[in-house]
Amino acid sequence: MSTRYLSIAITGAGGAGVISCGELLLRAWAREGGRGLLRKAYGPQIRGGESAALLKLTADERYTAASRYDAVVALDWDNFTRFEDEIVLDADSWVLCDEAQALPPAVVAAGARVVHVPFDELAAACHPEGRVNMLALGVLGRLLGLPATTLAELAGQKLAGKPRDYRDAATACIELGAARDIACQLPVPPLGNKGAWYLSGNQAAGLGALEAGIRFVAAYPITPASDVLEWMAGGLERVGGQLVQAEDELAAINMTIGAAFGGVPAFTATSGPGLALMTESIGLAVASETPVTILNVMRGGPSTGIPTKSEQSDLNIALHGLHGDAPHLVLAPLDIADCVFTTGWAVQLAQRLQTAAIVLSDQFIGQSTAIVSEPRRCAPFAATPAQDPGEEGAYLRYRLTGSGVSALASPGDAGHRFTADGLEHNEKGTPSSRQSDHQRQLAKRQDKLTAFDFGGDWAQIDGDGPVALVSFGSSAAAVTEAANQLAESGVATRVISLRLLAPLQTAALAAALEGCSRVFVVEQNHGGQLFHYLRGQLDFGQPVHSYALAGPVPLSPENIAQAVATVIAEATRS
Amino acid sequence: MTDAIRLKAKDYKSEVKPIWCPGCGHFSVHNAITKAMAALGIDKDRTVLVSGIGCSSRLPAYVDSYGFHGVHGRGLAIAQGLKVARPDLTVLALGGDGDGFSIGGNHFIHACRRNVDITYIAMDNEVYGMTKGQASPTTPMDWDHSKLTPHGPGVRPFKPAALALASGAPWIARGYSGNPNQIAKLIAEAVEFPGFSFLHVMSQCITFCPEQTDWKAIVTESEAPPLADADEAAKQFLHEDGFQTGLLYREQRATWPPPGATAAEEGAPGELAAAFRV
Repeated sequence: MSTRYLSIAITGAGGAGVISCGELLLRAWAREGGRGLLRKAYGPQIRGGESAALLKLTADERYTAASRYDAVVALDWDNFTRFEDEIVLDADSWVLCDEAQALPPAVVAAGARVVHVPFDELAAACHPEGRVNMLALGVLGRLLGLPATTLAELAGQKLAGKPRDYRDAATACIELGAARDIACQLPVPPLGNKGAWYLSGNQAAGLGALEAGIRFVAAYPITPASDVLEWMAGGLERVGGQLVQAEDELAAINMTIGAAFGGVPAFTATSGPGLALMTESIGLAVASETPVTILNVMRGGPSTGIPTKSEQSDLNIALHGLHGDAPHLVLAPLDIADCVFTTGWAVQLAQRLQTAAIVLSDQFIGQSTAIVSEPRRCAPFAATPAQDPGEEGAYLRYRLTGSGVSALASPGDAGHRFTADGLEHNEKGTPSSRQSDHQRQLAKRQDKLTAFDFGGDWAQIDGDGPVALVSFGSSAAAVTEAANQLAESGVATRVISLRLLAPLQTAALAAALEGCSRVFVVEQNHGGQLFHYLRGQLDFGQPVHSYALAGPVPLSPENIAQAVATVIAEATRS
Repeated sequence: MTDAIRLKAKDYKSEVKPIWCPGCGHFSVHNAITKAMAALGIDKDRTVLVSGIGCSSRLPAYVDSYGFHGVHGRGLAIAQGLKVARPDLTVLALGGDGDGFSIGGNHFIHACRRNVDITYIAMDNEVYGMTKGQASPTTPMDWDHSKLTPHGPGVRPFKPAALALASGAPWIARGYSGNPNQIAKLIAEAVEFPGFSFLHVMSQCITFCPEQTDWKAIVTESEAPPLADADEAAKQFLHEDGFQTGLLYREQRATWPPPGATAAEEGAPGELAAAFRV
């Protein structure tokens, strides 16, 4: 068994408040100095479907999804059974359920210990407005040793806008739940880490973008990115920016480009289907050298796919979706806290290199909430004012420079008038279909990415063992945990978690792989998108294996470790 | 404006030579735009012309101001994003009938509805000229000159003014490329109007639609004040022949963004993080 953690699942109908219950529990846990992760799982319905709050309380910040559950609060069986694939139980698990009869086969087969708690009846009896989720909160709070007063205070804050009756009911239910003696022992992790942050990956990405200087956002709602945009609407008002709700993603990306052309750092967020609609205009940003940042919170694809659940299957479109030769930036935050830094860094790079940056987050880190140490931040981007062009008409917007980056003027800058163009153009910006102009401008747009020194943040590298585990974005946590497990069985690894995917830092990656006898490329998609990309970019001198597994269930560290161990054992035998 | 000397229309033209065919109506819209800019004494450095793709969308490069030549159909979205981000600028969006009413139709509807303070000039020649003569959303349904639709498009043409009205545009005018002075006057009014102003210009394409030279004989110039009643305007726009020019409709309506959506002053970004501290 690896690091101990306490995992709790709360399942019920959408609208029953299981997510609120999970959030309040985690907030109270944070107050007490705990660490933990809340993953939210929904069915496709908005109300009345199934929903699950999946909590993992830890002693550190190893935020992979739990591979098994210590406790489940099942408000009803119908909604519990829809999560059977995700909520794995065993003989050590406790199941707190309202319906003690007709146990689901999975619960019986696991041999889990079942405790009947009449949530419905108790909630109804204690207050006319009594809610089962608040009762469950009280019950779980007691099991975790959290003061009922803290839970009631936090619930009161959450219900601040509701009638007084609701708040009273919540308090009554929490107190009744907390008073209930349940014979159930849970392995509660230690507390004592104060000074933490509590946020979701989507909030973290929004914060990173605003702190890096974003002051304009165009938004078209899409699951699971809407909550980034909603958070930014409020955030922008506070820092003097503006958000527009667009009529579609085509408008959203073009409004973003328009604002950026105006010299205002601009951003949009979407998910796979929206990114597909935006790709033509992302090419426009590349060709016209207009800085824009696009956050893509990945979900299961293709087409409408699985909108509410996670996958890393938009790597291909992010890397290769643009037509023509359109070099741009692709980045991926490694965890919830890293959404602050990586999104901010993407904004800085897009602004500095005058191109489009696509940030690949996903539903797992985007919509999960975690208690984290103070995240690393990005300084606000400082624009370099375009220099005096000298005589009238001398300004060359697309001037060929050593770095490939040319001075970017904005409307209002006297004497720098130019027309930005998606048509191929000469240095001045005048449309041109001449081969010489095309080749020079293509090279310029490539060179500015190739020549730039991205520093050491392109990847996070842990360990120096001979077995390399390469992944990107949110897979990093599962891979790191798999590496810990492999270390316990004597396999020394080198974990390379890629934050910058394009331009791929091939020389640095090759150097990082030096001395490795074997490389495993781990990712959460069906086709092995990162595996094929890396094989196309790098001459691996050692065997390279693909571990690619589609979503929506998060990658399991145990399964990764086992797959790696199996390959190594087979290789040793032969 | 910073220039001490009053600029003439020709001073607003850039050195780039238009790609248009001889006799193209867009030349007169180009002249009218620069004339209007001169009449308004507009600051070149604070004016942006934004367009999509098509013959008419080439226009920004021919004017000595800032410009953005975007992708097909999305000029209005770029223009609105720019104006919202930079309310201090004068922003004009330009394009053709295919760009604005077909591929960009959704943006047209929502731009009318949103009412951001920009001017939109749709140069309508009822044909896709740059791709060599296919039917557009405003082509007569029996126009059989295109190899793509040899029996005519068979679809009733859009009525841009009616569509604009139904979508909420507060300022609707029509011009004709044969009367550049009127277009110039309308553009100047459009730029000064506080809100989304839609100027529909019938701009002839004699290359693919030589029959459009007949327009000259049937165009009329309205002397009447613009309608302010939407019911009345709806009746007119649905039943007219589409050849009446002038300012047709005007109402005062709140522009976007709504009050309260813009912060009065810049706050410190540092405060944002405070909400996340436990």
